[in-house]
Order: sequence, then C-alpha cells, then structure tokens
Amino acid sequence: MNMIPRQRQRLLVVGNGMAGMRTVENLLRLAPHRYDITVFGAEPHPNYDRIALSSVLAGEKSLEEIVINSRDWYAENGIRLIAGDPVVALDRAARTVTSASGLTLPYDRLLIATGSKPLAPPIPGLGLPGTCAFRDIADVETMIAAARSGRRAVVIGGGLLGLEAAWGLKRQGMSVALVHLMPTLLERQLDATAGTLLQRDLDGRGIAFFTNGQTEQILGSERAEGVRLADGREIPAELVVVAIGIRPNIDLARAAGLDVNRGIVVDDGLRTEDPDIFAVGECVEHRGQVFGLVAPLWEQAKVCAAQLAGDAAATYATPPLSTRLKITGVDVFSAGALAAADPADEEITFQDIARGIYRKLVLRGGKVAGVVMYGEVADAAWYFQLLREGTDIAAMRDTLILGRAVATAASGAAAPDPSAALAALPETAEICGCNGVCKGAITGAIADLRLTTLEAVRAHTKASASCGSCTGQVEGLLALALGGDYAKPAGEKPMCKCTPHGHDHVRREILARALRSIPAVMQELGWTRPEGCASCRPALNYYLLCAWPGEYEDDARSRFVNERMHANIQKDGTYSVIPRMWGGVTNAKELRAIAEVVERYGIPSVKVTGGQRIDLLGVRREQLPDVWRDLNAAGMVSGHGYGKALRTVKTCVGSEWCRFGTQDSTAMGVALERMTWGSWHPHKVKLAVSGCPRNCAEATIKDFGVVAVESGWELHVGGNAGIHLRGTDLLCKVSTPEEVLEYCGAFLQLYREEARYLERTAPWVERLGLEHVKARVVEDAESRRALHARFLHAQRFAQKDPWAERAAGADAGAFSTLVPAE
Amino acid sequence: MELGIMDRAGWMEVCGVQDIPRQGARVVATAAHGEVAVFRALDDTVFALEDRCPHKGGPLSQGIVHGHAVTCPLHSWVIDLASGEAAAPDKGCARRIPVRVEGGRVLLAASRR
Ligand SMILES: Cc1cc2nc3c(=O)[nH]c(=O)nc-3n(C[C@H](O)[C@H](O)[C@H](O)COP(=O)(O)OP(=O)(O)OC[C@H]3O[C@@H](n4cnc5c(N)ncnc54)[C@H](O)[C@@H]3O)c2cc1C
Repeated sequence: MNMIPRQRQRLLVVGNGMAGMRTVENLLRLAPHRYDITVFGAEPHPNYDRIALSSVLAGEKSLEEIVINSRDWYAENGIRLIAGDPVVALDRAARTVTSASGLTLPYDRLLIATGSKPLAPPIPGLGLPGTCAFRDIADVETMIAAARSGRRAVVIGGGLLGLEAAWGLKRQGMSVALVHLMPTLLERQLDATAGTLLQRDLDGRGIAFFTNGQTEQILGSERAEGVRLADGREIPAELVVVAIGIRPNIDLARAAGLDVNRGIVVDDGLRTEDPDIFAVGECVEHRGQVFGLVAPLWEQAKVCAAQLAGDAAATYATPPLSTRLKITGVDVFSAGALAAADPADEEITFQDIARGIYRKLVLRGGKVAGVVMYGEVADAAWYFQLLREGTDIAAMRDTLILGRAVATAASGAAAPDPSAALAALPETAEICGCNGVCKGAITGAIADLRLTTLEAVRAHTKASASCGSCTGQVEGLLALALGGDYAKPAGEKPMCKCTPHGHDHVRREILARALRSIPAVMQELGWTRPEGCASCRPALNYYLLCAWPGEYEDDARSRFVNERMHANIQKDGTYSVIPRMWGGVTNAKELRAIAEVVERYGIPSVKVTGGQRIDLLGVRREQLPDVWRDLNAAGMVSGHGYGKALRTVKTCVGSEWCRFGTQDSTAMGVALERMTWGSWHPHKVKLAVSGCPRNCAEATIKDFGVVAVESGWELHVGGNAGIHLRGTDLLCKVSTPEEVLEYCGAFLQLYREEARYLERTAPWVERLGLEHVKARVVEDAESRRALHARFLHAQRFAQKDPWAERAAGADAGAFSTLVPAE
Repeated sequence: MELGIMDRAGWMEVCGVQDIPRQGARVVATAAHGEVAVFRALDDTVFALEDRCPHKGGPLSQGIVHGHAVTCPLHSWVIDLASGEAAAPDKGCARRIPVRVEGGRVLLAASRR
C-alpha cells in the first residue's frame, strides 16, 4: 500500500476579482477538499465588490463596506492569497506561473480571471497626473483626493461608468462636465427618448453635458488642466476621468499562446483550448460574446466551479441581460432590444414627460423582446420576467405598457398591491438580477436557515449583495415570510416625522440636486407634511444657508424665535440682550452706554455672563429695536448670545499684563472673534484663548480652544461644558497667529458642513473621529485652505449686524404690538 | 357696501392680512381679550388665539407656524391654530378669539362672549 496520502491538486487562480473569487466560493461549497488553492491578485486588496465603487465615490459606502472576502476568510479556508503581485508569465509546458516579484508556482489546474482593462484612447496627455480611469480602488482614491483639492472635473464617456463617475464626483462637491462622443447618453442601453430624459435630469442636477464631443487633447504639461474638443472648445479641469469602455485583459493568455480573439476563447464548460486551463469573467469570449456585467459572470462562476469539481456536464449559456444605472433617484432600466429591428417587430411606448416617465416595449412574435424604462421602474422585474420566459402576452397586449397592476387586472386578475404582487410572483421569478437569485432561492433560505435579517439573506443567497437595487424586494420577501416579526433595519435616523430621510442624506441631496429653497427640498425629497415642522424647518434653513452662502435667502419664518428676534426669549416672554464684547475687552464708553440703556428702559436685571460680557435681562419685545439703536450708537453690535452661532471668544489677559503669559492671548482672541462673529452653525460655538498652559480662559472645554505656549499655539477642539462634560482633543500645534486663524476657520467650516443640525462639536468629533478632522484640517493643506476660504466667503454675507438692520426699521412688525380702536 | 358696514357691528379691525407675514403672527393688545396672537398660514388662512400657551404661558405669536399649527417657543408644544388644542400627548387648549377677514382686513370680535 502507498502510505503517502494522496496529494490534493493545486488550483492556481490568476485574478482576485469578482468572477474568479465567486468561482472559488462555489468550488469550496461543491468540493471543499479537492484543491490547494492559491490566488494571485494584481491589486493590493482582498476581494471587493467592484460594482460598489460607484457608491464609494458617491459617498454612500466606505471602502471597508465593499470588501467581499476579508483576508481572514482566505486564511480560514486555507487559501493562499498573494495580493499586490501580478502574474507576468504562464509556462504551459512546465505548468507554472511567475509573478512580478519573481515567485514561480506550479499548478495542476489554472483559472484565469483577469477581468478587463479600461480602454485608453490615443488622446495626447492621457496619463498625466490628474487623469485616471474608473476601474479599481486606486482610481476611486485618485478621484476622491482630486475632489478635495480641485474644483472641476471632466468625465469622458457617457456610458454607465462615465455617468456614475460624473455623479459621484458631483457628490464629492466638484463641478462636473461630461463629454460624450454620441448625440445621446447611454446609447447602448437606452433609446434616444430615454437618453434625452436622462440628460435632462442630470443636467438639472448640475452636470454639464458636451454631447457629440470628440476629445482631442488633455491640456496641461505637468498635470491635467482640462480638455480640448475637436471643435475647439476647451473645458478647464483639475481632474480628467476617462471612462469610454473596457476591453478583456488577455495579455497573459495571449503571451502563453492560448486561443484568443477579443477575449480568451472558452467553450461551454469555460475551458480554454488547454484542458487544464479555465477562464471566467470579463476576460473571456464565449461563442463570440464578451461581457461587461456581473450577472452572466455569476452563471459562469457556477458552471466553472462545477467543472472544476468534476461535473463535466455543466454547461454555460449566456442569460438575457438587463441594466440599471446606480444613480440615486434616477431610475433607468433596459433589457433586450432597444428598438424594432424589422417590420414584423412592434414598439409600444408610454410617456408622461411632465412626470419624467417613459417606457417602451419591443414586441416580437407576440412576446416581449425589449424593455426600456425611465423614471418609474417598479415593474422592471415583471417585464424582464416576461422577456426571459418568452411569455405569450397576446391577452394583455392592450394594457401591457401600463404596467403589471393594470395589465393583469385588465386580463382578469385583481390588481395586486406591492406585497401581494411579490407574494404572487412564481418561485422562478428572478429577484436579484446581478446575482441571478430567484424568489424560491430566497424564500427557501429564509425558511430552511431561519434567517431574519436582510444581512443574513444577503450573506446566504447573495440576493441584493451587488448593486442593491432589489433590496426592497428582498426585504418584502422577508416581511412576507416573517410577518410582524420582521423589523426593518434602522438606517440613518429620520430627521423628524415629516420625512424618512436622515440629516446626512438630506444635506447630500441639497448639494447634489442643487436644491435652493425649503419648499424645493420638501418637494424633491418627498416630505410627508408639506410645510414641515418646527424641528425640520430650522435644520433645512441652516443647511441651505450653509450650502449656498450669498444666494440663499434666509427664511425668518423657519428660525426659532431667538434667531428671528435676535435676542433670547426668557420664561416670562421678555428677552435678554447681550452686546458683543470683543475678546471680553470693554471700556468706559461702552460701560456708560450700557448703564444708560439700563436706566432709560428700566431693564430689571444686569448680569456678567460666563462668556465675559454683559447680559441685560427682562427687555420687552417692543423695546428691542430702541435698545439696540442706543447700543449701536456706542459702537456695540449683536453678541449672538441667542443663536446657533459663534457666541463668545473668552480670553485671559496674556503676555501684555500677566507675568506668566507667553503670548498676547487677548489680541489673538479679538482677532478670532473679528473673523468668526456672525457665523451660523449647527449649534452654538464657543472659543477661548489662554495665554499660557495654566489655561485661565478654560480653553480646553471649548469648541475651539487655543492655548499659548512658548513656541506657538496649541489648538484644541471638541470641548463642551454642557450637560455632558468633555475635554478637548489636541488637534495640533502651530506657530503663528495667521495659522491659528486659518486652522480655526477650516475647523469651523468643516463642522458647519458636516455636523447635523443641533449637534455640537463634541459629539460630532466623537462621531466622525478626531482622525477625520485631522485629515481634513491638519494633514491636507489644500483641504484646509479650501475650507478656510469657504468660511471666509460665507462670512462676507453673514457679518451684518442684525441689530443695526432692525434698529433702522427692518421687520418692524415683529417687535410692535397692534392696538385696535375698541 | 351697506351690508359690509352693518356686518362689522361687534367686530374690531386690527390690521390688513398683508401686515402679517405668511407662516407668522402679529401681536394685538385688546381690552376684551388681552394679548392676542393673530396668525396667517401659508395658505393665507387667518387665525386668532390668546397669546398664551396652555402649558406655561409662552407667547404663541413667537412660535414657528407649520400648516395650521404653531409650535410654542418655550417648550415646543404644538397648538392647533383652528381649535387651540394642544397636540397629543400634551393636553390643554389656548383660548380661541373669533376672527374674520373681510376685504383683506382682519377683524376680531369686539367683546368677550
Ligand atoms: C465602477 C464600476 C461599476 C460597475 N457597476 C456594475 C453594475 O452596476 N452592474 C454590473 O453588472 N456590473 C457592473 N460593473 C462591472 C463589474 O464590476 C464587472 O463585470 C466585474 O467586476 C468583472 O469581474 P471579473 O472578475 O471578470 O474582473 P475584475 O473584477 O476586474 O477582477 C479581475 C482582477 O484580476 C486582477 N488581475 C488582472 N491581471 C492580473 C494578473 N496578471 N495577475 C494577477 N491579477 C490580475 C485585476 O487586478 C482584478 O483585480 C461595474 C464596474 C465598475 C468598474
């Protein structure tokens, strides 16, 4: 007997991407012990969901969230992963591969899954810093970095990738132009009408289109500065993204003498001409067809795994394909033929252009041969099922275009509500197009494995795990199966009862869709109460003010009373008035004016505040404009002690007087207050400057605290002496007063742009992490300067004394009382 | 015309509708009702309530108006403008003052009945 145990076969996988690893996953399920598996990946990452790169760019997902198999997974399954080391040679005679680092490994079976490469057109200037494709994590990192430092991007290519890139960059805050060679967008997936509607919608969201645009050159010598089109037009930009298509990555196979055409030629068993070499994914060509979507690749991965597991009968056939565009709020679906191809074909169209809805069906021999949908895609799965199954639609021909509910009702069945519709779907109906998961597989898994959450269903069936557009249906199936036991997972908490959307989502949409008024936000985002409530209106007013400084007209009616009256309402309905005292410094003239105002208006109470200024309490509403006028006359302005705004800058006396002082903290505080007064924020903001580490100004419990040391200034952030005491975190140390101002402006602007309304800096810093703040304000000088510049820009419009305006007669009705003749 | 004047018996004119900001209010001092908050909703409907929240007497005139409701500035009770009732779970009612709009003028009942 042979005492040496039979060795496992060696399976070597080239390409750590979506198709290759799906094949490995399937194989582990079918034949867990058959192979010793080694995976080479050119990218330095574990296997991730490439589709979701669009969501990462759009800021909807993080890179961590899109990992499919972590490094631990490889280890647990005994797979050797060699990431960041591409295979450069394949020796079929010796049955070995060699990597760039010089590693040579033998195989018994080889799986090539090298995907595609972005098409690189011969445009002069392509490859300069500031240019990239849209294919992998490195590209997305390039784009996000560019969005931090630059303002303008040009995307070349109006296909799925180009549009998703343009949208993502728009959401990163860039202004985006898209150059497309053809007259309409997505011309391979949509007909001209739908393409035009799409362009209109995206145009409305602020993307500038250059259709019929031939790119001649990328401008710039050191780095990209824009593009020039053949007709002479030039579009300036700091980032140029080329997304005009892909071609199968066949270099390795070709060099090894394998049969290649457009892709690596494979048979129905996904085998190349070499019986020991298989290939799957975008690198293959099967019966003359090459691939660009995952649905057929999952089918390939299934068949290839079966073959590798020993099932020689497993055969691959390309399923009918459908596409969707992953731009939130833009619903596009297409499958099959885009238009009638011969006189026997029929087209039925439906359009409601005002509502942005368009639908076209192509019929051939009494069956659905093509579907194009724009704006309203709820019935896409149903149409697609009719197409795939070749259903005879003669009985519902007349109403087919009106959608499932009408068509099935008209042909005798009752109009189903969405959950009844889901319940009525046959077990074979496909729910997840990306992963080819049908209803029966989902309901089966829920029942057999007792699954109760979306995540679990996703993990076990892959349904909704890729592009996510069928998430609603998968949840619907869970709800049907579990009844009341299914609790919908909590996403971002809704802002209030008027909307299902959370703060962050609403803010993103305001920018992305260029929404410029409260009614526009409420209408576009589907507020359930048309005028909102006292909770969402002030938040929206702030978000709009922050998003569109100088353009948005402040809505006083959406401000809390204090900010509308510019004074602090007290429990008896009177107000308190606090004039600004720059850095806590005052003089005889101001004190005299305050004393006179107190006597003249009979103000009952005067108190020194914790923020080093003087509070006049018990002022009646009608008195406010007169009180302000008299304070203005002595040079005093509003102290904003009433607002979600910059309140005070507390200081100690500093080196001018104090024997311990190291710097002039008072002058620093005054300079900070001059820069920041009048700014509106998600919540109140307090600053302080201490002249030495004894910290008499208590800078380490402020939102932004400055502590002078011998060699400069320490900057501290995120402190709070409110209900929850929190000491600051040290942000960094700087040496000059100019730097203190720049860092302060940048920090406050980041807070203004990212915190949720009524969230103070302390919980905000805790939520996003100090590292995040450091990355934007300290480590990235470009980002800091840009934030600071945006702060100063907003201040140009914010630094108007509201008291002076009202003392001069503005909004008089708010202060006066009407007295009718009785 | 005649009728109009006759009609006004028992009412006092306080201001024009356009003197009240949409989604806002004006305060009217009356001998008959004390301080009254006269509201104008976004749809131009006019309401009048005593300017005291049933909770702790906050000035309702200073609240945020949304639809036909106002949120009190002191403790965020939501008061229905038409009925004066506080929205559940709060309980209480602000006194309603009879109000009419005629030819763009706002009229309040001249006396307390
Ligand atoms: C931004 C974006 C959005 C997309 N959205 C969708 C969508 O919504 N729906 C959809 O169906 N499809 C979408 N796709 C397409 C989908 O991602 C691809 O079809 C799929 O990733 C192809 O899988 P693959 O395994 O063939 O190639 P890949 O996933 O690209 O994997 C190939 C891997 O092989 C590596 N490799 C290449 N050469 C070597 C070598 N010599 N040695 C070692 N490793 C090598 C590559 O670095 C890569 O990691 C999208 C693609 C992108 C880029």
